[in-house]
Parts: sequence; C-alpha cells; structure tokens
Amino acid sequence: MENLNVYAAKLAPQQEFLSSGHRACQGCAELLAARLVAKTLGKDYIIANATGCLEIVTSSFPHTAWEVPWIHVAFENAAAVASGVEAGIKVLKRKGKYPVDRKITVVAQAGDGGTVDIGLQALSGALERGHDMVYICYDNEAYMNTGIQRSSSTPYGATTTTSPAGVADPLGQHTMKKNIVEIAAAHSIPYVATASPSYPFDLMQKIRKAADTPGPAYIHCFVPCPTGWRMAPNLAVSIGRIAVESKVFPLYEIENGEYKMTVTHKNHRPVIDYLKPQGRFRHLNEDNIAEIQRQVDKSYDKLLKKVKMSQEELD
Amino acid sequence: MGKRVGIEVSLAISEAVKLANVDAVAAYPITPQTHIVEHLSELVAEGELDAAFIPVESEHSAMSVCAGTSAAGARTYTATSSQGLALMNEILFIIPALRLPVVMTIVNRSLSGPISIWNDHSDIMSVRDTGWIAIFAENGQESFDLTLMSFKIAEDHRVLLPISVNLDGFTLSHVIEPHEFLDQEEVDKFLPDYEPLVQLNPDKPVSLGTVGIPEIYTEAKKCIDETLIASEEVVKEVFAEFGEMFGRHYKVVESYRAEGAETLLMTMGSVSETAMEAIDKMRDQDNRSVGLVRLRLWRPFPVKDLRVEVAGAKTLAIIDRAVSPGGTGGPVAGEVRSALYSVEDAPYVASFIAGLGGRDITIDDFISVVDQAEKMAESNEIHQYKMIGVRE
Repeated sequence: MENLNVYAAKLAPQQEFLSSGHRACQGCAELLAARLVAKTLGKDYIIANATGCLEIVTSSFPHTAWEVPWIHVAFENAAAVASGVEAGIKVLKRKGKYPVDRKITVVAQAGDGGTVDIGLQALSGALERGHDMVYICYDNEAYMNTGIQRSSSTPYGATTTTSPAGVADPLGQHTMKKNIVEIAAAHSIPYVATASPSYPFDLMQKIRKAADTPGPAYIHCFVPCPTGWRMAPNLAVSIGRIAVESKVFPLYEIENGEYKMTVTHKNHRPVIDYLKPQGRFRHLNEDNIAEIQRQVDKSYDKLLKKVKMSQEELD
Repeated sequence: MGKRVGIEVSLAISEAVKLANVDAVAAYPITPQTHIVEHLSELVAEGELDAAFIPVESEHSAMSVCAGTSAAGARTYTATSSQGLALMNEILFIIPALRLPVVMTIVNRSLSGPISIWNDHSDIMSVRDTGWIAIFAENGQESFDLTLMSFKIAEDHRVLLPISVNLDGFTLSHVIEPHEFLDQEEVDKFLPDYEPLVQLNPDKPVSLGTVGIPEIYTEAKKCIDETLIASEEVVKEVFAEFGEMFGRHYKVVESYRAEGAETLLMTMGSVSETAMEAIDKMRDQDNRSVGLVRLRLWRPFPVKDLRVEVAGAKTLAIIDRAVSPGGTGGPVAGEVRSALYSVEDAPYVASFIAGLGGRDITIDDFISVVDQAEKMAESNEIHQYKMIGVRE
C-alpha cells in the first residue's frame, strides 16, 4: 500500500494553480487541501469563494494566489454565487456567447461557518436547484478568521473563544457537531463525500469524481487548524490521519444515495490519541473523554449500518 | 415602430426585459413585484425568451446569483420590493464594487414595520448609498422605455455599474395602461449584445472581489463614486439616442408648466401625474403661478440640472414618500437643500412627507402643500418636515 502511494504521488499533476506566497498560518491544512483541489481540477475551473481565512490569505489586492478565475462576493453566499456562474456559463454557451468551448467546473468553497451556519440556506438552495457544481466545505471546526469562535461544526468539548471552558462551565462546547454531510445528502444530490488532505489521493479522487458528476456535489473536507486547535503546526497532517484512524472523521462517500467507506482501518485508535495533542481539549476530564468516545462510536456504528445497507442493496 | 398595446405595467416591463434578450434572471417572489417575474418565467417556459431563470430561495441569494451570472458575462436582470430589497442590502454594495451591470426593477413598497404591502419610497431610500444608478418611472410607458435604456446605460464600458428602475407598487405596477411596444429589430439596433470588459474565463483568469487593505480601500471607493457621478452623462446620451430612434424624449429632471412659476412642486414617481392635474387646476382655475419639477434620476443626483430647473422660483415644495427618521427632512428634500445651499437666490425649500404605506395623495393635498409652502416661505419658517394627512 505504501509503495502504491509513492507511485501515485508521481502521477499527480505537477502544475500548481494556487501559488505559494499567500498569507496562511504555518501548518494550515485548509490551504493544503485547497492546493490539492486546484491541482486536481487544473486550468478549467472557476471558484466562488466565501469570505473567510481562505479568501483573506489568498487575495489581498493587488496580490492574488489564484491562477484560475476566482470571485469573492460575501460570507454566506458562495453557493448562490457559484450557482449563478454555472447558470450564466450554461446559458451563454447555449446562445453561442461564451468564449470557451471546453467543460468548465464551477466550485464554491467556504469554511464551516460559511457552510453550516450563515451559508446553510444558500447552500440548500443551490443543491436543491440542481446546479452542476461542486461545493467544498473546508471544516476547521470554528470561526478561525475572526479569532476561533465556536460554530455549529465545533465538536463537543472543544474550547473556543465563545465556548470557553471556565470554572462555572468547565466543558467548552456543549453541542454535538452538526452533521452537514447528512444534510447535504438529504437533498438527494448525486455525490456527497468526506475528505481530508491527510489522505491526498483519496481527496483528489473524490474531487475528480465530484467534478465529473453531472449535477451538484458536496465535499466535506476536514482541515486541522493548528492556530485554532492550539497545537504545533507540524502536527496538522498527522492529526488529520489520527482523526480518521480514531473514527472521529471517517472518510466515506455517498454516491446516488449509496454509502461507501473509502478508507478503512482494522484497529481503531482511541479518541484520546486524537484529543491529547490539541490544546482545545486540554481541559477535559476522564468522564468527558469517555463521553466523546461513546459519541464517536455511536455515530460511526450508525454510519457503518448505512454502508452495510447500501452493500446489501447492491448485492 | 411597434404596436400600441393595453397591458398591465408589470407585464410590459417583462416584455421589455424579453426584448432586451437577457441571458439570466434570478428572482424571489415578493408583493408587488410578482407579476414581473411570473411573466418572465412564463416567457422562458414558452421558449419566447432564451434565458436562465433561476428561482432562488431568497432575495439575498437572488442578488448573489446575479453577481455570479453577470461575472460570467451574462446580461442579468432581477426585480424586487421592500423587504426583499432590504434582504439584498449587503450584496447591493458589492455589485458596484465588482463593476457588474445588473439591472433591477424595484416595485416600490413600504418597509416593515408595521408590515405593509402598499406603496411608498422607503425601500429605495434605505439603499440610497449602495452605489447603484437609480431612476424613477412615472407611468407604464416610462417603465418600459427606462427598462430597455437601463441595460444600455449599465453595460456602457464607461459605466459598468448596476442600475435600478423604480416604479410605484400597485398604483403603477398593477395598472393596465396603453404602451407603445418596440419591434425586436429596432431594440437590437439600439441595444446590442453585452460585451463584458472582464469575465470569469479560464483562458484569461482574473480574481474578482479581492481584499481592500487600508492602502487601497479609499482609492477603490473614490473610483466607484467618480464613475457613478460620471454616469450622468451616459444616462443623458442614452436618453438622447432613444429619443432620436423612437421619438420619446427623456430628461434627468423634467418640468411641467414650470417656466416663470413662483412656486414649484417637486415629486418622484407616479404621483407626478396627480401633481400635474393639481398644477393644471391651480393654473387654469385659480390663475396661480405654480409648476412642477419631477426628478427622474435619483442617483447620481443631477445637481446641475436641478439648479437650472428651479432657478427663478421663490418656493420649492418637495413631496417625499419616505421618512428619514431623526433626520433633517424628507430624503429628497435633504438632498435638494444641500444642492441649493450655496446657490444665490435659491428658492425656499419646504419639505413635505405624504403617501406613506399606500395612503393616497389627492389633488387637494397638492393644493394644500402649495398653500402651506408659500406661507412657510413668507415667514422663512425653519422646519424639519410637515406630514400631510396625518391624524394627530
């Protein structure tokens, strides 16, 4: 398997469309993921970007890190803007008024806040209308751009600047992470997947699949944020792997309603391995950790049931 | 020249949008804008208009989709009213900064609360400073003509700014009026295809909507405002070209029996038609020296033309259809006072607010406004505004 990965890396496109020199923090997995997406999609794609870290660090006028067409309008509307770009190009092509004949992939990209909270309505609208586009959520589990405030994608027990663990309330975030993947899938769109830059080839394959699928596709990408998660920058990639190995962030896809795991492990690590390196979980006691383990096991089992059901349907 | 048709004003606007051969329409229904977008979706469904009709889930998304279609290079149209316009507010500021020539009909309706579906100008006044060109139509024919002209103005490479055509909800939008339509060939000659200067295109990648750091934000804002101010000349050019081709002539500030008048009424929108009747009555029956000035272009504010049109009058009575709470008067009156402040022998400006939330403004109301304004001018009364027909 390892040898295959070495070989696969050589097959990946050499050209970069998200150039270096941007202003992201050290160890930013969001930029790593966005770079892999750009590599996968190449020249013929257009991005509608939500306000957030990714937008701020790549587009400080007069500089831009993007070597593909890129538009940023506001925070909560990346899905709507992308749907407009898609519909616009489609009608112009039909009327013979668009200068490029090739297939162009339209991508909306936003952080977790711009997706699961303020952008949820625009996302739902775009998915429901069936635009041929790819929506990518780069989930770093809080509002990192404004200074690590909680979002509804922040996991249970994490301390953020608006869900701080204190003397009177020692837990941090009280709510479970919103399951946006299921919300996206509930729109009955043809392709939904989770991805992680810690598994670059899995991510690239899913992006390719999402782009090639007619209609809307949703990719939920797990992007560790060393700054916001209070951990060393050199851990960004490994913590992403541990998230998968500990069942915290399973890698799977839902193709036409059928669930399939894309990365599996025989022996899962305990969640403590995932929690320990991160300062945002430092305050948790044994009971809290046991509760998180219970939640993680429960949602993983639920997912496995869906995978099994899909397999049985196919058999 | 096209045929004369009796048709609801909303539908006539949709027909103008069809004649403009728009590429994309993104809209969310709201009273009293609905008939426009209903008819457009029908025209698309019947194959009479080849356009993307994108039925979005909110006005915020409507304007966001418009940003996307317009940036892709599509001729883009939308329509809204009141709360819908308020929901778009955030995006309205961004469209001019992206230099996207989106055309929007605003069927003017009062803003909540209390909630009201009826007409006044509180919606458009709340988005005054978003950087859009704003034009007011007075009747159906104007709504039709100005809609067509809007695309040409907005898409001119010297402009490349969004534009709103405003018309009064119900009192104009839902009225059946005779319209002189135009033939497709004539419109095509007047309004060629939109040629974007910048477009989302993989062969010429651009980054649109980048971050304005303090070293650049001021310059960006100045650039947009200078372009907006300079667009007045293009508006006049397009009005002139339209007049030459189709025989209907438009000015940014219109007047009616205003020459030599001592007292001038000033209005925007469909209420001007009632005001004209009031002027006729006062002139012909009572031999009073009164006239009417109608403001057609609201943004950019036509300072010079306004000064010319009101020169020589002693009193200027302005009817606003919106309140500027805690302000210095009605929003139009405030602008006019500023525009005339340094002008020698400028008329006394009396500010009146009338016709809020669909309240009628009658001929007698206009006569009463003239009476009051002349008295106020005589004593040089310092005031914020007077509300017409309010029950105390």
